[in-house]
Amino acid sequence: MTEVELKLKSVEYRQTILRIIKQANAGHTGGSLSCIDILNVLYNAVLRVSPQTHSDPDRDRYIQSKGHSVEALYTVLADRGFFPAEALDTLGYYQSHFIGHPTRKVPGVEQNTGALGHGLSVGVGLALAGKKDQRDYRVYVLLGDGELAEGSSWEAAMTAAHYGLDNLVVIVDRNHLQITGRTEEVNSLEPLKAKFEAFGFAVQAVNGHAIDELVEIFNRVPFAAGKPSLVLAHTIKGKGVSFMEDTVKWHHHVPNDEEYSLALRELEAAALALRGSIQWS
Amino acid sequence: MELGQPNLEIFAETALTLARQDSHLLVVTSDSRGSGKLTSFGQLLPDQIIETGIAEQNLVGIAAGLASAGKRVFAVSPACFLTARALEQIKNDVAYSDHPVKLIGISAGVSYGALGSTHHSLHDYAALRAIHNMTIVAPADNFETRETIRAIANYPQPVYARFGKLPQYHLHPTDTAFTIGKAITVIEGSDLTFIACGETVALAVAAARVLTDEGIACRVVSMHTIKPLDEAALLAAARETRAIITVEEHSIYGGLGEACAALLMQQGVAIPFRIIGIPDEYTVTGSQMEILTHYGLSAEGLAATARQLLAVERMG
Repeated sequence: MTEVELKLKSVEYRQTILRIIKQANAGHTGGSLSCIDILNVLYNAVLRVSPQTHSDPDRDRYIQSKGHSVEALYTVLADRGFFPAEALDTLGYYQSHFIGHPTRKVPGVEQNTGALGHGLSVGVGLALAGKKDQRDYRVYVLLGDGELAEGSSWEAAMTAAHYGLDNLVVIVDRNHLQITGRTEEVNSLEPLKAKFEAFGFAVQAVNGHAIDELVEIFNRVPFAAGKPSLVLAHTIKGKGVSFMEDTVKWHHHVPNDEEYSLALRELEAAALALRGSIQWS
Repeated sequence: MELGQPNLEIFAETALTLARQDSHLLVVTSDSRGSGKLTSFGQLLPDQIIETGIAEQNLVGIAAGLASAGKRVFAVSPACFLTARALEQIKNDVAYSDHPVKLIGISAGVSYGALGSTHHSLHDYAALRAIHNMTIVAPADNFETRETIRAIANYPQPVYARFGKLPQYHLHPTDTAFTIGKAITVIEGSDLTFIACGETVALAVAAARVLTDEGIACRVVSMHTIKPLDEAALLAAARETRAIITVEEHSIYGGLGEACAALLMQQGVAIPFRIIGIPDEYTVTGSQMEILTHYGLSAEGLAATARQLLAVERMG
């Protein structure tokens, strides 16, 4: 897939995320929009996993530790064919498997998450098993930045480095916002790069919305032999909809009808521009 | 009765035997290989032991990841820390995610004696009973421990097994049938039934012997699986004997006793009934046996409860 095609997918994914959140009348809008470009690149250009290989012991694993951004994950899994896209319309409905946090009842989901600070330890276990079995799969774990206040994340980080898990790729969705406000005002995380380096990770920063940069950086993992990799993805919460960007209110907020149509208009304009450039290229 | 080994040692021996037969069987420890009697396991099979350091949440999360990749995993840590510090990991990463991790709570109950309440696990049955997809086993003697470990190694669902570190009397012939979820009748009797779990079964047996000399015939049931409860064994005891005393090294809240009481009530069974365990307080200081004896968990203490309960039953 070309860069511009991936960019168009990101816009379409954003449209889907908003549509299903609007329909369910619940959802973590801001965080899903901040991590969707990362998921787009992972599932369309990086991960060796598909609906056909989902039970293959050699498949790459993706664990979304920031489980609340589940709408982004469901959207990408549907597009990749893990389940029919119509299933997205059942988000939050009575007896649906499409819950507000990922569960393994949804095809393609590797691990139930939602409580924060859990995904990295599970990823460490998967990566350890891969090393023991001499399999060449990689384990990708997406962490939220606010989530890093959970001490268990750092327990897992220590172990990842201790066992030299260079088959583990941790991505931090560094959007600087959590439900109460700015991360640096709630319980400051910085200097985050230095912290992960001190914990034994090889760290690379990236613009978490630049498709080309994301593709390039994931092509370079592991960043150092014998070390877990950390991709510090600088992102904007609510990215792609002007009035949602970098605004704490949109952490867990559903657009009203007016906001929804305004958001869709913005995204449709972005999609049109990209479609035009695909036609001309 | 002949004195055997600590159940802890039987666990370690059995795990080693199983691990030698299957390189995918792993033991994960949180700086607990010494207290888990797994030092020689680590020396003999260094590739099959994973150390997380003193980090129980990490221990359980990593165990879930390993199991997700197809490993057979024993996650071993003192019961007090494993089931309190890592409760959310047990709930979400293991049970809810349905990874068949085997959680091994060592030095359970008041095994740590005078080390105090930080080191006691008197909440673990209660906490884990309320978590769906969790089987809970407390083997009584060396035989039950060996059979438990063998059975759960291949069990397709998550299991929590806990035991202590004092040598245990042999209670069963080695040809006894053992199945998870199926209680074992240790002694037959028709006057009163002790339903016990874990190492308190031996105390109930000792109490039954005291009472036999007084002409009271006690049944002793080892309810080694606390969840799912062997309902048939419990209802049979209620039908065939005149009173029931439950015995556990656990808070009287939320454990074996309340599980039995709930079943009997909902089946419409009214029978003289007592729950013997640790009352709702921070325990008196002492060794494990001193603490248990203090709260009536001894041959004499249980016999006294039985006499009292049967007297009430006769008056009723």
